[in-house]
Amino acid sequence: MNAAVQPERQHHQETLVRVGNVDKVFHRGSEEIHVLGGLDLEVPQGDFLALMGPSGSGKSTLLNLIGGLDKPSQGTVEVGGQDIGRLSGRRLAAWRARHVGLVFQFYNLLPVLTAQQNVELPLLLTSLSRKERKSHAATALEIVGLGHRAGHYPRQLSGGEQQRTGIARAVVSDPTLLLCDEPTGDLDRKSGDEILDLLQALNRQHGKTIIMVTHDVHAAAQASRTLHLVKGKLSMEPEQ
Amino acid sequence: MKFFRLLWSGLMRKKLRTVLTILSILVAFVLFAYLSAIHTGFSIGVELAGQDRLITRHKVSLIQLLPEAHQEEIQRIEGVESVIHMTWFGGTYQKPSNFFAQMPTDPEPFLDMFPEYIIDDEERRSWLETRTGAMVGSKLAERFGWKVGDRVPIDSQLWGQKDGNRVWEFDIVAVYDGAESGTDTTQFFFRYDYFDEARGFGDGLVGWYTVRIKDPGRAAEIARAIDAQFANSPNETKTEPEGAFIQGFANQMGNIGLILTLIVGAVFFTILLVTANTMAYTVRERTSELAVLKAIGFTDRGVLGLVLGESFMLSVIGGGIGLALGWFMVSLGDPSGGALPSFYIPGRNYLIAAALIVALALAAGSLPALEAKRLQIADALRR
Repeated sequence: MNAAVQPERQHHQETLVRVGNVDKVFHRGSEEIHVLGGLDLEVPQGDFLALMGPSGSGKSTLLNLIGGLDKPSQGTVEVGGQDIGRLSGRRLAAWRARHVGLVFQFYNLLPVLTAQQNVELPLLLTSLSRKERKSHAATALEIVGLGHRAGHYPRQLSGGEQQRTGIARAVVSDPTLLLCDEPTGDLDRKSGDEILDLLQALNRQHGKTIIMVTHDVHAAAQASRTLHLVKGKLSMEPEQ
Repeated sequence: MKFFRLLWSGLMRKKLRTVLTILSILVAFVLFAYLSAIHTGFSIGVELAGQDRLITRHKVSLIQLLPEAHQEEIQRIEGVESVIHMTWFGGTYQKPSNFFAQMPTDPEPFLDMFPEYIIDDEERRSWLETRTGAMVGSKLAERFGWKVGDRVPIDSQLWGQKDGNRVWEFDIVAVYDGAESGTDTTQFFFRYDYFDEARGFGDGLVGWYTVRIKDPGRAAEIARAIDAQFANSPNETKTEPEGAFIQGFANQMGNIGLILTLIVGAVFFTILLVTANTMAYTVRERTSELAVLKAIGFTDRGVLGLVLGESFMLSVIGGGIGLALGWFMVSLGDPSGGALPSFYIPGRNYLIAAALIVALALAAGSLPALEAKRLQIADALRR
């Protein structure tokens, strides 16, 4: 179902993300590639949604649209009642800094900064003092269980630890929405499970709304619900 | 300041490349500082030349001598306040490489003509009383370790004495200081009466006249009047402002200013390419990281600022250390061992260097910074 992506068990909760009739077309030379077509989605506050689908189905594209990293060719994306497609580049950047935490498959930490300094990065855009930034970053690292590794550089951390640092960076500014693109895709099962446990804890204990793109059925099973992207549209069922 | 660590870490990503780029910039600014001081040595005379002084020389060339009798005729021209004459002696001390300017002149009117040469009353009296007396600049005295009371032999390549001896003996009776930091204190002045009586040829002939005029605004008019006075005579003259005369004298060695400007220009152009290349690589290697910064909330302008900031840091560190090192090298003394009349970096050249640092940073960093600004997050994260 294209429009059948309303969560059944969370009717009472306020909708945080509303994607309405979104198309996304990429241009490669004269060729047009339709990745998403007339897509609708609603994600309530506090949801943990897994998005699955084969490669090229548009999962990451949808995540980018919700995170304000890209703009739809047509349709609207509202987060917290704000139509982010109407925001200017500068205001959109400020909105992302305030409302969105991003977790990447390959962590995307800055290799020349320590874990603590990587986590502090989003706070550089706030008016917090140096001491406050350090304190917030330390707290975020404690939450992900890496307080003791704060002074280590990414190359000195395992893959799982790097991803934990990435998650700490994503939550340090206390965003409304956490967007995770294949967060366990580069990790072994044990480390992956630890990351999924951490995401679950952030969802359940800290109330974070999480949208997670994944290939992994096991990872998707940790989410509250799973939707499948099939030929540019969302479905409750995977592609047959 | 809170972005300093981020900027610094960007530069420290490739330490060797950053250090080599900084060294390149450093060398360029050392060269700029050092050549500035050399240029000052050649041009300071022009800058400090008296606005109210003209030089009258032979129309054909400086090496042609003029009759001493011209002095009275020039003095009579309306608008002329005073006139003195000097002659190029062309001597060396002990060995040919110890070359400096020596000129015979009449002491009293000379000291009145050049108030920028400062000696005390006792030295002045001593020079007026001593026929073989010489007044030397403080820098020259320091160069050869001379002091008042010393007797020094000067070997002239141009002027022999009546007995054929080319070595002239002088008694140092005064050491002058300059009224300004750039005043030439590398010269050697001695008495014309001693020179004229002892020289083997050229009696009554002098090298050129320095003419003080009452109104600098009439310089061109008076110069024309002086030259008109001797037109169609065997000794026609060419009169010009003192600054132009000194410039012409310096240009006998070539246009030093142009040569130095071309050298510095070529060096800076090369450094611009090196720095721009470094910045371009810095951005290209970090496409995904810059995209992440944008993803977490840095604006396009913010990322542009970060890249330009790195370019400024490179330029400021390299340029700053280079200038400091250049200043230190200049403070050790001029490479000619004291032959240059002055050797220092003028204050305005520090401002030029600061402008060069900014220009280098902007020129090298602008294109990569714009590239970073235009980076599309989703595209860059896919790479």
